[in-house]
Amino acid sequence: MILNSAFLQNAAGAFSWATVALFLQRAIVQGIPLLYGSTGEILTEKSGNLNLGIPGIMYIGGISGVIGAFLYENSLPSRDAINPALAILIPMLCSVLGSLLAGLLYCFLTVSLRANQNVTGLALTTFGVGFGNFFGASLVKLTGSEVPSVALSATSAFFKKSLPFAGKLGNFGTVFFSYGFMTYMAIIIAVVAAFVLKKTRTGLHLRAVGENPATADAAGINVNRYKYVFTCLGSVIAGFGGLYYVMDYACGVWSNEGFGDRGWLAIALVIFCIWRSNWGILGSILFGGLYIVYLFVPGSLSTQELYKMLPYVVTLIVLIITSARKKRENLPPASLGLSYFREDR
Amino acid sequence: MGEQKAIEMRGITKRFGSIIANEGVDLEVRRGEILAILGENGSGKTTLMNMLSGIYFPDEGQIFIEGKEVVIRSPKDAFDYKIGMIHQHFKLVDVFTATENIILGMKDEGKYNLKDAASKVQAICDRYGFVIDPQKKIYEMSVSEKQTVEIVKVLFRGADFLILDEPTAVLTPQETEKLFSVLRKMRDDGKSIVIITHKLHEVLALTDRVTVLRKGKFIATVNTKETSESELTEMMVGKKVSLNIDRDDPVDPKDRLIVKHINCRNIEGRKILDDISFTVRSGEILGIAGIAGSGQRELLESIAGLQKLEGGEITYINPANDKAEDLRNKTPMQIRNLGVRLSFVPEDRLGMGLVGNMDIIDNVMLRSYRKGKTVFLERKEPADLAQKIIDDLEVVTPGPTTPVRRLSGGNVQKVLVGREISSAPKVLMVAYPVRGLDINSSYMIYNLLNEQKKNGAAIIFVGEDLDVLVELCDRIMVLNSGKITGIVDGREAVKEEIGLLMTKSDNVKGGNADG
Repeated sequence: MILNSAFLQNAAGAFSWATVALFLQRAIVQGIPLLYGSTGEILTEKSGNLNLGIPGIMYIGGISGVIGAFLYENSLPSRDAINPALAILIPMLCSVLGSLLAGLLYCFLTVSLRANQNVTGLALTTFGVGFGNFFGASLVKLTGSEVPSVALSATSAFFKKSLPFAGKLGNFGTVFFSYGFMTYMAIIIAVVAAFVLKKTRTGLHLRAVGENPATADAAGINVNRYKYVFTCLGSVIAGFGGLYYVMDYACGVWSNEGFGDRGWLAIALVIFCIWRSNWGILGSILFGGLYIVYLFVPGSLSTQELYKMLPYVVTLIVLIITSARKKRENLPPASLGLSYFREDR
Repeated sequence: MGEQKAIEMRGITKRFGSIIANEGVDLEVRRGEILAILGENGSGKTTLMNMLSGIYFPDEGQIFIEGKEVVIRSPKDAFDYKIGMIHQHFKLVDVFTATENIILGMKDEGKYNLKDAASKVQAICDRYGFVIDPQKKIYEMSVSEKQTVEIVKVLFRGADFLILDEPTAVLTPQETEKLFSVLRKMRDDGKSIVIITHKLHEVLALTDRVTVLRKGKFIATVNTKETSESELTEMMVGKKVSLNIDRDDPVDPKDRLIVKHINCRNIEGRKILDDISFTVRSGEILGIAGIAGSGQRELLESIAGLQKLEGGEITYINPANDKAEDLRNKTPMQIRNLGVRLSFVPEDRLGMGLVGNMDIIDNVMLRSYRKGKTVFLERKEPADLAQKIIDDLEVVTPGPTTPVRRLSGGNVQKVLVGREISSAPKVLMVAYPVRGLDINSSYMIYNLLNEQKKNGAAIIFVGEDLDVLVELCDRIMVLNSGKITGIVDGREAVKEEIGLLMTKSDNVKGGNADG
């Protein structure tokens, strides 16, 4: 990362299409974890659950994948014996398992026991970050390494593998084809989620559950089932954001707190794209660009710190605009954050 | 009319804890008839019907459909037996279109296709003469349109038995008449319709037979043609009740509140009050009629100081010294202290004025907690007042320390209205004070208002039942989309005339209101 930014600073001196292409590419790379997080949170919120545990779940999804990959890499006799399919499948399955359990925990507390969603979510975030740091530190201990990080470069290589002809297409290739498969997966998931929400019966039922669970219940829809399924599914998708961050973005290097505050930005992105995951694709690239724009502007270290504020400033502005905007379709699901109990009146 | 029994309920009993909601009720619905279930609030009408629609399950008794015993455990089971219920509080998703709401929860084979569904909806509408736009969003609809969507939703699922829970509570006379003609058409089409109501003239105008319930028990079933309003009331209440509301002439009316040219916009910037001017006099009840959401709430809130105005004047003439006071630059607290009281019963009853989780005493104290002399709360006086309200208004509650949320709707209202009246206000504003109350309690509230009128209070009464407005009020002001479309004398007013004033400019305003 440090090397990288020095390189970018040199590039920032003069305008060139190559710089623009590089900026776009870096923005997309930065945006993908946010896109995973926000798509997951959109599905969750559409079921009426405000899962503020998403930042924690992304940590859990990340570290679970790391643990899987670590155990797999260490079980091999030599680095050459690594099986590409297993190197990808094992971390992904572990990530799914970790986020799914976290999602189930959240559902059990808020849907079955009807605990307060905000409190549960915040607790889950605190727990998830701690979970990530605890196991991260444990793995570092196991490797006995000097630096406080775990490097899984062999596994990461498979996650980062881009199409072979990407390098031959110049700037076009840089912007569109220079990514690992999880980048395209994020975009496909976002598009599919938008389609399901808008164009299918399942989507209609899910939206009804988030808007007015009593009505959905009277119409014969199993409210709790929808809440469970889509909150857990949302958690799994968000967890992929954490996995992508470690395996692709960070080149397989887990360091504690490395993921930072991206989880909260993902939740801000949900509001920014007014609960539409297809808009989230562009939104995530914009957020990603704002996140790294400081690397591309000339200036001293101190002015760079100001640029680092940008994503948060934009989030604040977006919050102000969205709360001033009154169109009913753009408001959050009407029963977001409320638990549903049939016999309440 | 066929005499065939379509649905039969035998010896139905339902208990909620220690409360018996229904006890050994027998009911019979025939094919191709309109049956009214008549009873006061809390007489178990809705509970009984909820057992047909699968919301509740009876503790005892049997249900037969077409002579066969059936078990209905969920709304889905009810649909399978072709029973559909239209609840008093609509079960619709606001941001969905009519079509999306109608097909919600249906698992029919084939692809999810909104266009096909919309044309099926249109076909049902054409058959029975409903007018709705399948693409319109629910939140853009009027109450009567929403009700239509609910009815179409039930028909779309192929219901042969329709249960309507107080369908006319929120409709204008014209809309009610339209609903009735649709219901008659459905009856002629062979459907059976059950309507839950406590409005006697509707029973007489619409139905073929009436089943009367009282305190959860079955009283009688009679043919509508062979009965009369007073006989039905007697069965319903259990004693003879005079159905006339007293209306004394105002004594020494003086201008008390003068409203001039007030305007007000809602959050979306739409004009909600448009150049409103009127005068309220002491010893007089001024009725306000209008379709729900015509600006009634904003008008009352303006006077109470809770609404931001765009110009205009509100002058209060203090009876103590005949001095004119401008209410616009006073805080709600100052306005209250002048003796201007607002008692608004919103649709959800608890939304404004009472705190659901607090008990009756604490709710009474909300109005007096500032009077205490020490830092500690003075609970004796509010406790006495709470007890007085409970006794005078016959509030049914385990005691004054029961959370208000646990009381039934009617009793919640009695507490709210009772508290406001107890302070002997100079101007009393009540909105929908009898919403959902039974006959006895309603008349109790009317008497209370008349008493206040006799004491010289100026009363503004926002009502939804035009029959009551023309019987109770001295003058009736009609609001229509935030404008006054007429102020008529209550003694000479005719219901239909007011109904026309309520809807008159609808066609002209319609486009505006949607925008």
